[in-house]
Amino acid sequence: MSMAHALASSMGGIRTAGDLVARMQMARKMRLPEAKQYVAQKLGLSVTDLSDSTIMRGVREELDIGMITAVPGTARGLEAKARIADLLDIKINSVERLKRKMS
Amino acid sequence: MSSILTRMGDGYSVEMTPEEVRADLIAGSEDAARRGKIPTLERDEYDYLYEMFASPTRIWGVERAHEAILTKDGSTNSLYSAQLSSGVGLPLSREQAFRTFERAFGFDTMEVGHFDYSVKPAKPIVVLEQTNVEGVLHNCIIPVYYGFMPNLGLYYRPDGPYPNPSDLLPRGQIPEARAATEEALVACREDVIWMTGKMAEVGVDGINYDTTASTGDGEFLATLEAVEWTAANTDVSIEVGMAAECVLGFHGQLTYDGERLAGMWPHQQLRMVEKAGAHIFGPVVNTNTRRSTPWNLARAVTFVKAVTAMARIPVHANVGMGVGGVPMFELPPADVVTRCSAAMIMIGKADGL
Repeated sequence: MSMAHALASSMGGIRTAGDLVARMQMARKMRLPEAKQYVAQKLGLSVTDLSDSTIMRGVREELDIGMITAVPGTARGLEAKARIADLLDIKINSVERLKRKMS
Repeated sequence: MSSILTRMGDGYSVEMTPEEVRADLIAGSEDAARRGKIPTLERDEYDYLYEMFASPTRIWGVERAHEAILTKDGSTNSLYSAQLSSGVGLPLSREQAFRTFERAFGFDTMEVGHFDYSVKPAKPIVVLEQTNVEGVLHNCIIPVYYGFMPNLGLYYRPDGPYPNPSDLLPRGQIPEARAATEEALVACREDVIWMTGKMAEVGVDGINYDTTASTGDGEFLATLEAVEWTAANTDVSIEVGMAAECVLGFHGQLTYDGERLAGMWPHQQLRMVEKAGAHIFGPVVNTNTRRSTPWNLARAVTFVKAVTAMARIPVHANVGMGVGGVPMFELPPADVVTRCSAAMIMIGKADGL
């Protein structure tokens, strides 16, 4: 059933900009259109582009914010989230925890 | 077209005439409108739903650029757990399962949760839960929730210390049942708060209070008060997912912000959840297994549309087994799951599922 939803309705997580839009909903309580508009503006894309895995594959590599295919040297895990936090101008709790550990 | 192949609320296939499908769509929506005192669907919305059910395609989807966000209750139990969580019994750790959801399935967010998905059994092993959350926070990119059910029922005898209202009410012991609820909800609230604090310590992105109000208005109040604490004391994003379409009044007189909780429908539940400070609300509409999926889905979308019309926070409609129009069956069929999924977004205007 999860896969049915993923195929029918989901943005697609890190295949596209799904995780980024999700973070705006979670961090700032943004409804879907507002969250998409915010992320599109931060990425310099159209809202339609956010769900396009062909476009987002290149965008995510260029911005080094984590990609779905395993490419050595690209940002993973906390590295990617630290860059996402800066890109979206939000706080991500695990990134803030890393900063505290390093200070 | 002489007949349309669709499903009943129990998951079995049924052939209906076009006229029967249209009639069920209208009847389902009108049922929701009457109960919730909300508007029915519009003509073009009925047309969309009819076209969707009349199409012979195996699956359906939203239009491009209308994709929404998935959050998931039950965490990754669907991979490594057993039938009790509709799980397929794969020999995966929770971290492996989480990474599978992120990379193989392309989910937008995911949860870590205990096998026994309630707060009471998770408390004694909190350090194991925290360790698992820390692991995925380090290695994964998508937002990480920690999820559990408040499940007030576990605080009543025989599972917990408090007298059980289900035993007291049939004996007419209403004051005693209310007193038991008032005491138990305090314990439940404190456990929810404690567990949330533990997850905040390790840097979780969000907390999901799942099947809220499964044990009625007492559990709803406990959860709302826990949401207040979490919003005031942590940076954790809060999702409140409901258990049923109407809050059962086991107590009947409990209020939040001056409003009685018993009998609340989804659009009324939303107001309480927003007031408490949650970030995402997950309404539930229960499936009637004796009715067709067109009836159930039209009814569910009518309720959710009333929620999204007034929501100031994202709405992630529950579209799982037995809710949101989906049949109540262990293996919900993809032909109707994808239709329910898309309809919730295209017609219900949900911000996610």
